[in-house]
Amino acid sequence: MLTKRIIPCLDVRDGRVVKGTRFVDLRDAGDPVGLAARYEGEGADEVFFLDITASAEARGILIRVVRAVAERVFIPLGVGGGLRTVEDMAEVLRAGAEKVSVNTAAVEDPGLVTRAAAAFGSQAVVVAIDARARASGGWEVFTHGGRRPTGMDAVGWACRAVEAGAGELLVTSMDCDGVQRGYDLALYQALADAVPVPVIASGGAGGVEDIRAVLCEGRADAALAASIFHFGRWTVREVKVRLRALGVPVRPPDDEDSAG
Amino acid sequence: MSADVTLVDYGGGNTGSMARALARVGAGVRVAARGAEAGDAGRLVLPGVGHFGAVMEALRERGLDGAVARHIRAGRPFLGVCVGLQVLLDESDEAPGVPGLGLIPGRVVRFQAAKVPQVGFNRVETVRDSRVLAPGYFYFVNSYHAVPADPSVVAATAEHGVRFTAALEVGALLAVQFHPEKSGSAGLALLHRWLSC
Repeated sequence: MLTKRIIPCLDVRDGRVVKGTRFVDLRDAGDPVGLAARYEGEGADEVFFLDITASAEARGILIRVVRAVAERVFIPLGVGGGLRTVEDMAEVLRAGAEKVSVNTAAVEDPGLVTRAAAAFGSQAVVVAIDARARASGGWEVFTHGGRRPTGMDAVGWACRAVEAGAGELLVTSMDCDGVQRGYDLALYQALADAVPVPVIASGGAGGVEDIRAVLCEGRADAALAASIFHFGRWTVREVKVRLRALGVPVRPPDDEDSAG
Repeated sequence: MSADVTLVDYGGGNTGSMARALARVGAGVRVAARGAEAGDAGRLVLPGVGHFGAVMEALRERGLDGAVARHIRAGRPFLGVCVGLQVLLDESDEAPGVPGLGLIPGRVVRFQAAKVPQVGFNRVETVRDSRVLAPGYFYFVNSYHAVPADPSVVAATAEHGVRFTAALEVGALLAVQFHPEKSGSAGLALLHRWLSC
């Protein structure tokens, strides 16, 4: 059967990984190529780069990073952050990424998702959604890195994004992100009921139990996490071994082991 | 190893990823964007990402459909990946009315599972001995799967709502629904075995 995916996310600024990391034995802990290769070796199912570079001029640096990672890493690579046009996306995909994510640009112009899906196929187009719970119930979409409310309902936008051509959704609960106290399970349950495409849950992982809960009760198809891996509490390998012991279907970290 | 592999480039596929993976396991890779460039291939790889109809149209426009068919009919080593497997069959639900290459009798149908497309690593089981295939976890991205008329060509299966064709093997023809170039060390090992046999 299809396994649930564990996806480490690396924040990249000016070509460097900016969050802390436990990999003290790496000569250069800010090196995206070394970190991505390390995660692949530990059993990550994909690696995601979020480019938090403020300036558009640094796009060339990102492209060089993607190209270098693609030479070394043989699991899918997703790239998001600041991509605004089909040409932006094409450049990243040509450099070796398998998928690109768009957030604000898709809200402003859902036709961008349709044009990208026509150009690259839906499998390459991930719509990222930042959502915050409303006091009145449901969730609201925020754009511009979570700074700007849109008034849009997150589940409704998810459905329209899929109709527009999104092949996957990467959904971050802003209430839970960075707090490491668990994912917003109700949000992912609502999405699982609403859309047929895979949903990647992001925001809230503090431990293995949180990841198990979002993949099982939350019915998410993948868990994306940054802090839990970077700040040294867990390796991808430890997380997967424990998830398997808890009965969650994930690919064993040693994929040569065919007994799995 | 310096096996000579010709990679079919019809404009829309993931030629770069496949070229990097083949190079990583020691292959000398050249790219064929026209039928004439694929005519003398020792080993031919047809990678695949995209829509069945669009891929068939691109292959025909570039004269690559005939080159692939001649290569396979001559019994020379061939590897098809994802849509590169699906186009070997007669037709697909994804593009009704568009004929495939018709080299493997049968059709391509849509998954009826809750989640379509399937995206991620799925457990592949071999159903008979193979010099190249091995059971394990491989990366899939697909909404459709092949149903050959003759089940004996199926060499490996996986499950997504239904048990489906993960690999076809007929003589020197191998075609896989998953992406060995994106399946980590298990995928690279498979490519290495394909180059060695």
